[in-house]
Amino acid sequence: MAENLTVSLVAADRTVWSGEATMVIARTVEGDVGVLRGHAPMLSLLTDAVVEIAEADGDVVIAVVDGGFLSVAGDRVSILSERAVLASEVDVDQARAELEEARGLLGSGGEAEHRVRRAEARIRAVERAR
Amino acid sequence: MAVSLREYRARIKSTESMKKITRAMELIAASRIIKAQQRAQAAAPYARELTRAVSAVATFSNVDHPLTREEENPKRAAVLIVTSDRGLAGAYSSSVLKEAERLAEKLRSEGKEIDTYIAGRKGEAYYKFRQRPIVQAWTGFSDQPSYDVAAEIGAALIESFLKEQGEEGDVDEVHLVYTRFRSMLTQEPTAVRLLPLEVVEAEEGGTAERPDPSDVLPLYEFEPSAEEVLDGLLPQYVQSRVFFALLQAAASELAARQKAMKSATDNADELIKKYTRIANQARQAGITQEISEIVGGVNALADANASQE
Repeated sequence: MAENLTVSLVAADRTVWSGEATMVIARTVEGDVGVLRGHAPMLSLLTDAVVEIAEADGDVVIAVVDGGFLSVAGDRVSILSERAVLASEVDVDQARAELEEARGLLGSGGEAEHRVRRAEARIRAVERAR
Repeated sequence: MAVSLREYRARIKSTESMKKITRAMELIAASRIIKAQQRAQAAAPYARELTRAVSAVATFSNVDHPLTREEENPKRAAVLIVTSDRGLAGAYSSSVLKEAERLAEKLRSEGKEIDTYIAGRKGEAYYKFRQRPIVQAWTGFSDQPSYDVAAEIGAALIESFLKEQGEEGDVDEVHLVYTRFRSMLTQEPTAVRLLPLEVVEAEEGGTAERPDPSDVLPLYEFEPSAEEVLDGLLPQYVQSRVFFALLQAAASELAARQKAMKSATDNADELIKKYTRIANQARQAGITQEISEIVGGVNALADANASQE
C-alpha cells in the first residue's frame, strides 16, 4: 500500500500536475476540504479557488481552478478543471487587469461576477505561493 | 518549332514552382500532425477522469437528468458538422459532408427536422452556396482547436437541447459528424449521437479511455448531492466530447492534407518529366530541321554553281 496519495491535477487540454502528495486542500461548493490518505471515496464540485497540494517531499504546489470537481477514490485524488493553472504560471499583472475590468462590469450580469471571482482566485494563489 | 520549345520550358518552370509549394505544404502538414496528435494525447487524461466520474455518478444514483432524458416524440435534431477551414486537403471536407447528408437523410426518414450547426469555413460555404439554413457556425480554428471553442459549441448545443419542445430553437437530439483519426493513412467520417447522453465508457477513446473493468467503482460520497454533482459534470462531459471530436478532426484534416499534397507533388514530378521529354523532342526536331535546311541550301547552291559552269 502506497504511503501517499496519488494526485493528478488535470485541465481540459493537459495534465497540469501529477505526482505523490501527502495532503490536498481544495475548496468545494460547501467549504474547504482537506484530503489525507485513507479518505472515503468522494466526488464534489469545486468553486473558483486555490488548490493546495502538499507534495511528498515537503514542497507545496499551489494551483488555481475555475470550477471543476474533485474525486477521491482509494488514495487516488483527481482534480479536474477546465482551466487549471499552477500559481507559478499565473500572470499577476494580467490577472489584476482582468480583475479591474471585471469589477467595472459588475452588476451587468452573472458573467462579470464569475470573472471577478476567477481573477481574485488567481491573485490569491500567487500571493499564497510567495 | 522554337516557339513551342519556349512554351514547354515555361510550363516546366511553372510546374516546378507549383511543386515547391505543394511540397512545402506537405511538410508543414506533416509537422503539424505530430503536434495535433500530442494535443489529442494531452487531452486524454481529462476525458478519462471525466468518464470515470460520470459513470460513478450514473452507477450510484438514479440518473434522471435533463441531458440524459430521451424525448418521447423527437421532432427536431441538431447536427454539428466538423469540417476544415481551408481546402487543399483532398476529399476531407466533402467526405464529412457526405456523411452528414447520409445522417440527415436517415433522420428525415424518421420524421425529424434538422438544424444544422457547422464548424469550419468549408462546411459553411457548402451550405451557404446551396442556400440551406445554418443555425450557427464557428470558424477559424480547424487545425488547432482550443478548449474554449469546444466549450462554446458545447454550451450552444446544450442550450438548444434543454429548451422545451415547441419553444423556438428547441432540438430533441444532437448529433455530431466528424472525421475520426484512425492512422496517418485512414481517417473515417463518423456520426455519433451526442445528446441525450448515453453514459457509457466513451467508446471512441479506444482502450486508453476505458477504465479497467476489474477495478470496481467505490461507493462515492457526493458533495453537495448526486444531482448537483451530475449537474456540474454532464455539461463538462458534453464539452469534452466536442473537444475530443474537434481534436480528432484537426488531426484528420492535417493527415488528409499531407496525403493530398504528397500526391500533388508526385503528379508535378511526373508532369515535369513528361514536359522535359516533349521539350527535348521539340529541341531535336528544331535542330534536325535547321540541319536539313542548311544541307538543302548548300545543295541548292552547289547545283546552281554546277549549272553555271
